[in-house]
Amino acid sequence: MSVSTVTKEQFKSFVAALVNSDQKVVGVQAKDDKFAFGELTDADALRLDYDVTILPPKKYVLPQKETLMNFEVAGAAKTVCPDEKMVLLGVHPYDMVAINQMDELFSQGEYDTHYMNRRDNITIIVCDVVTPSENVFASSMNTATCDSGYDILLTDIGDRFVVEAATEKGEALVKTINGAKEAAAADTDKRKAVQEKNIASLNKHTLECKPSDLPDLLEKAYDHPVWEEKAKLCYSCGSCNQVCPTCYCFDVQDEVNWDLKTGSRCRSWDGCLLSNFATVAGNHNFRENRADRFRHRLYRKGKYVPGKIDGQIACVGCGRCISACTSKIANPVEIYNTLMEKA
Amino acid sequence: MCECCNGKKDIYLPELWTITKRRMLNGTELFVHLEKDGGGDFDYIPGQFVEVSVAGIGEAPISISSSPTQKGMELVIRNVGALTKVIHGMEVGDKLGIRGPYGSTYPIESAKGKDLVFVCGGIGLVPQRSFIRYALDHRADYGDITVLIGTKCHDMRLFREELAMWDERKDMTVLETIDEGHDCWNGNVGVVTTLIPKVESHLPNSQILVCGPPIMYKFVLMALAEAKVPEENIFVNLERRMKCGVGKCGHCQINELYVCQDGPVFRYSDLASVPEAI
Repeated sequence: MSVSTVTKEQFKSFVAALVNSDQKVVGVQAKDDKFAFGELTDADALRLDYDVTILPPKKYVLPQKETLMNFEVAGAAKTVCPDEKMVLLGVHPYDMVAINQMDELFSQGEYDTHYMNRRDNITIIVCDVVTPSENVFASSMNTATCDSGYDILLTDIGDRFVVEAATEKGEALVKTINGAKEAAAADTDKRKAVQEKNIASLNKHTLECKPSDLPDLLEKAYDHPVWEEKAKLCYSCGSCNQVCPTCYCFDVQDEVNWDLKTGSRCRSWDGCLLSNFATVAGNHNFRENRADRFRHRLYRKGKYVPGKIDGQIACVGCGRCISACTSKIANPVEIYNTLMEKA
Repeated sequence: MCECCNGKKDIYLPELWTITKRRMLNGTELFVHLEKDGGGDFDYIPGQFVEVSVAGIGEAPISISSSPTQKGMELVIRNVGALTKVIHGMEVGDKLGIRGPYGSTYPIESAKGKDLVFVCGGIGLVPQRSFIRYALDHRADYGDITVLIGTKCHDMRLFREELAMWDERKDMTVLETIDEGHDCWNGNVGVVTTLIPKVESHLPNSQILVCGPPIMYKFVLMALAEAKVPEENIFVNLERRMKCGVGKCGHCQINELYVCQDGPVFRYSDLASVPEAI
């Protein structure tokens, strides 16, 4: 596949053409003093220099709420197939790693057609990080760069972008950029320098072990006092779950239309920190203790989910949970480091 | 199934089954016999569950109570929430959405030739009945069959006619107890663990199958430990919130295990390092 360079103006023209086509384009835009992924209607609004988005791009593969099927009340149901095609522009490498993990989780075992159809309909353009966010620790998690999942990889090398097409879908799109030139060795060297800098510096919190050591660390930490200590301040609000690019737990609810004859079965995000997450009929709550729920999240990230995806750690170091937590107790690095102290 | 799904089936889409029989087993438990609309295969093994739904109300995991040696499928549904309340109002001919079967199974193969002891608390009898009936239909394949049943009160006893039939059989033993005494009850009074000493000599060489309310397991497992039953001979059938049934939604997790896939039937010795299990 090709590696080329384009000027920023040329890239903007490409985005403008894309926005004006019938293709849905989603990109990162400013939202007050933060950034968010949203439908792009103006190429000028695209901000590839963003630090981190409020919510991860997960919401396009696993929306906050989606219809799984439509039904007749008390009758038969018909699958709703997501078929909207989309270009997702400006995904950071750590978020790409998270989507790669979810691709594996939703396709392994029982194949989830709803998730996988959405995923297959998305063309992903990753961009290497330009501005580190206040709590990023992707360097600690080996996710400051990524090497798969995307269709196009974009790297800002100052006056130009290096554009790498990684798939046929990506190649077809790159071909539509007017003025793209084959990248010279000096350009790819500059790209390498950007990536090496990110590998070293996207590290506002430093994990004091290799990510791959986490499952063993957690194996011995189940009764560590840190769970109770931190959870004492937990509001069970689930913010850490909601902003996490690797959280994929969901709830399913039926909704009946105004005609009372038809309706939809919908899936929406859920969170294991919420107090009723494990409650069954009859009101028995199998994870009633706040500290148990708090620990469960950290075990999902460092041990349980890795057990399903060849040991990949299900924390990608985006730092969103650290910023979102009202009580400032969600920092995974701080917790994992604490476990090491007493181990 | 459609073109854009690459020929893959929608794992969340239920199939319709029709209620062909219904009766109340007690004040809160409804027994339904179902037949799949349009026929077709539905293979299950005792211990498995299905996701039962009524479009517009919701979906819930329910244990299969019949044996695959029977025609159709039987469920017992407690009136405990919005969905089950609606199902309780249904008549013969009404339809339920069914997905499944899901989950692990009772050790119907590895238990062959061995004695079976079922320890059932309350509606724990419901999934156990699947294996009990299966074993009775393959009677020569198994050793002695002992069924211990504890129920909260006399009025809540399940499958009374069937229990009376089992009681008359010479090739199985049924011991029952109720937690609170009653004028019409001449049998044992006390929780299900009080029946365990009565069959103690039997226990160490049997496969023990335990199902009941969450609180019951701890006490039954303590009694079995006292009776020197090896943990690998004990199977527990656990309840959790198996929302999706396919190992995705996360609600039924007990530590790293998914009850909907790794369970609901677990060999107790496999749960040694799973603190959330019991």
